[in-house]
Amino acid sequence: MTENKILSKNASHTVFRVQELTKTYQMGEVQVHALRGANMELYEGEMVVLLGPSGSGKSTLLNILGGLDTATSGLVTYRNKDLTKANEQELTEYRRFHVGFVFQFYNLISSLTARENVAVVTEISKNPMSPDDALALVGLTERMEHFPAQLSGGEQQRVAIARAISKNPQVLLCDEPTGALDSETGVVVLEALERINRELGTATAIITHNVDIAGMADRVIHLSNGVITEVTINKTKKSPHELHW
Amino acid sequence: MKTLDRKLWRDLWHMKGQVFAITLVVMSGVATFIMFITTMDSLEYTRTKFYSDYNFADAFVHLKRAPESLKEKIKDIEDIRQLETRVSAYVKLDISGFNEPVNARVISLPEGSKPLLNGIHIRKGSLPNPVKDNEVVINENFAQAHNLDIGKQFAAIINGKWKKMTICGIALSPEFILLMKPEAMSPDFKRYGVLWMNRKALSEAYDMDGAFNNVVLSLQPGANLSDVLRAIDNVVGKYGGFGAYGRKDQISHRLLTEEFKQLKTSSKIFPSIFIFVSAFLLNVVMSRTINTQREQIAALKAFGYSNYDIGNHYAKLVVLIITAGLISGIAAGIWFSHLLGDIYLNVYRFPSLVYILKPWVILAAVFVSIFSALAGTMHTLWKAAKQPPAEAMRPEPPAQYKVSLIEKTGLGNKLTQPSKIILRNIERKPIRTFLSVIGIAIACGTMIASGFFKDAVDYMINIQFVLSQKEDMSVSFTDLTSRRSLYELKQMEGVHDVETFRIVPVKFINGHRSYKTVIKGMEPDSRLQFLLDKNLKKVSLPSSGLMLTDYLATILDVRPGDKLTVEVLEGSRSTREVTVAVLIKQYLGVMGYMDLTTLNRLMNTGDAVTGAYLTYDSKHQDNLFRKFINMPRVSGTVLRNNEVTNFYEIQAKGMLFFTFIATLMACFISFGVVYNNARIAFSERSRELSSLRVLGYTRGEISYILLGELALITCIAIPLGFIMGYWLCTYIAHALASDLFRVPVTISSKTFSLAALVILASASVSGMIVRHKLDHLDLVEVLKTRE
Repeated sequence: MTENKILSKNASHTVFRVQELTKTYQMGEVQVHALRGANMELYEGEMVVLLGPSGSGKSTLLNILGGLDTATSGLVTYRNKDLTKANEQELTEYRRFHVGFVFQFYNLISSLTARENVAVVTEISKNPMSPDDALALVGLTERMEHFPAQLSGGEQQRVAIARAISKNPQVLLCDEPTGALDSETGVVVLEALERINRELGTATAIITHNVDIAGMADRVIHLSNGVITEVTINKTKKSPHELHW
Repeated sequence: MKTLDRKLWRDLWHMKGQVFAITLVVMSGVATFIMFITTMDSLEYTRTKFYSDYNFADAFVHLKRAPESLKEKIKDIEDIRQLETRVSAYVKLDISGFNEPVNARVISLPEGSKPLLNGIHIRKGSLPNPVKDNEVVINENFAQAHNLDIGKQFAAIINGKWKKMTICGIALSPEFILLMKPEAMSPDFKRYGVLWMNRKALSEAYDMDGAFNNVVLSLQPGANLSDVLRAIDNVVGKYGGFGAYGRKDQISHRLLTEEFKQLKTSSKIFPSIFIFVSAFLLNVVMSRTINTQREQIAALKAFGYSNYDIGNHYAKLVVLIITAGLISGIAAGIWFSHLLGDIYLNVYRFPSLVYILKPWVILAAVFVSIFSALAGTMHTLWKAAKQPPAEAMRPEPPAQYKVSLIEKTGLGNKLTQPSKIILRNIERKPIRTFLSVIGIAIACGTMIASGFFKDAVDYMINIQFVLSQKEDMSVSFTDLTSRRSLYELKQMEGVHDVETFRIVPVKFINGHRSYKTVIKGMEPDSRLQFLLDKNLKKVSLPSSGLMLTDYLATILDVRPGDKLTVEVLEGSRSTREVTVAVLIKQYLGVMGYMDLTTLNRLMNTGDAVTGAYLTYDSKHQDNLFRKFINMPRVSGTVLRNNEVTNFYEIQAKGMLFFTFIATLMACFISFGVVYNNARIAFSERSRELSSLRVLGYTRGEISYILLGELALITCIAIPLGFIMGYWLCTYIAHALASDLFRVPVTISSKTFSLAALVILASASVSGMIVRHKLDHLDLVEVLKTRE
């Protein structure tokens, strides 16, 4: 997606709109201001990298976007629906039908095979793709009947990606997806994410503290100390295999 | 180690739910262990002390009448240490305000002094004044049952003569620790008492001046009892001796011995079951608890703590958890044994119960609990400590799983992913699943075994007092009476039906085996009392020969067709040979039965009876009682309903309390086990379940995975628990068989249901607690932390 295309997006193409978002935790007797008034948007079909050091608030932001956490103040809308006002049941439904998650530690169900780990999501979705198709998208057709214990870290993460996209979500949220992987395996995982974004047009937000990964994004949102300090647009996106760290 | 110790207390606080459940298990195990053993030890010690403090006799002799001069002749028998002659009489009492005939045994006291043997412990008041002939000391149960106190009066009919008696003392005696009419099924403190009177006063009233009819004696240490008894029988034979006997056949001693035998068996079985169950569960629970701490152990090692430090730390944790259970268990056990002791003191009269809490009992409870907990802990800890710290701190590799067997049958396609998760989890760790199932099943089986005694008593009562007895009242005569008395009774107002019986006290002898009991002669085709076989079918008496309780046949080692020597313990004391015709299974009592006519023929008497069964219109009951009090020939009456009440209130009360406590403890154990299972499963699976929540699963859907597994395990465990319970009951029934009663292996559906209900309720409550925790899973936190 080019800079022009991004700028020409209007409100109807906005997936997330975040305004003056704050989040304060009470950690014992100390108040932690994880977010201090963040503003951002995520548009349809784009790939965004949220970049920042640890403690910058990027995970908090992603958790709120994913309906895992609630904001202290401010506004978060998903397709014009106010997430900050959603109740527990609405948030569950939101996660169930609209968002795909990829976690740093895969979080696969170890008692289910790769295909079944995907099926665990497709069974409860409205309009899912078949688990086989989802696994084919991440290049794991051959490994579908394997249990997590029989898969490498990279393969497990790709199963997690297949699981996340199998429900045909509007948005894919990835929390340090390569954090537990070596560089070579990490690239394979990023390639899978890139392919999904490209072929399915799923808006994708990737959290990382790895500056190199930012190269594959349409836009890079820099976070520091709970605020968004800078948004940069990559004029030329790198493909994952050009990345190394 | 200061910081680690602080961690210890915080860990304990953090695990408070589980700590509580483990405490319940340990407490219940230890409390039951201590209660049973301590009660048994205390009762035995108390009895021994009472016997020695009050010179309980070694041998007893009843005879018709002998001159006092015979005393010296008996004394000459070798090995007799002390000897005392007494006058003893069975009398009828008329107590104002109590409209039923009351029986009592009156025993003479040496003028103005305590007896040499079978001393009496004066609880209140004093011995009779030697110059007064109407003062009596009465036994405590009897005084309490009638609310009688010093100075109160009642009438006694001695030898057909009315005599007004004044109570001067209330006492206990080692001879009547458990007071029961010789032929009764259960004690009845309201209708049977013991009185002590001055020898002179009693002799005059009973025409025994210068004579005696009862001897008690003690033996030299090492004396041969049967030689002495034989020698005595030779001396007193011609004075109408009914056969000298030792303590073994003394009624209070014998009943007590039988009860103690049952108690002793129970105090071996129940504590073993409870301590074993709690030890087993502790082992399982501890090993799983430690397993959830795997990462912490690695972190501590990474900081440089040695395996020893870590082992020490967790050992402290375990000991602390157990300590709460041990302390409360010891306290509860002591408390229960006091409660139980008080119940027994109501039935068994001792001056006071001496509580014996042997240190080994506490040490054993402490040792078994701590050892089993540490064994469970150390094994797991060693496994965790063996790993290099880095490996343990890395996210644990996904566990190895396989497609479950059930899915392989083709059912797999029909199962949802959550159902597959449940099945594969259960199958992946068969040992853990097995232990969980066994744990719950044992808890369930223990519940059944504890509730079983009540069922057995209900069943026995039903057979003995409901199904095979139809009379309202039984009347016994003072002497052999003609069967024609039947017509006299039948003509009394309100009487519907009358049936006579004869009781003959006998000693059955087969070689070196012998047993003192009675033969009951019954009318053929009797309507009011009959005998039932195992299938509850009416058994008719053989026209010749003897019918024996199967338990008695085992004691005497006889089979149908065998000849048995019968020594008659009344009248001319003849000895006969009788053929054993049939055996009958009976739960209560140990006796022989014969056709009334056959028995009379054997005894060489005419149509004689010793009592009758009556049915009548209840509104005439008071009138009947009044008449019987005034009929010299009637010695006493027994109401069937009273026998049932007495059986529950007196005979079985101790055991019922004992099993009530056991049931209660089994409930606690059940809850502790089920809750811990659920709680640990929650710790082990919370991360996986949170992931599913993040993926959009609802609270209900993830609860299904965890609670479905618990439900499945519980459902497998309950039927298995039923089977285990049944085994336990069969074993207990076998071990508890005694002269008093043989416990039938019958478990009511109520007991099964209660056991299942307690398990299900525990599972539901645990499920709700876990569900509450599942509802409050911190999704973000769980995803951040690794397993």
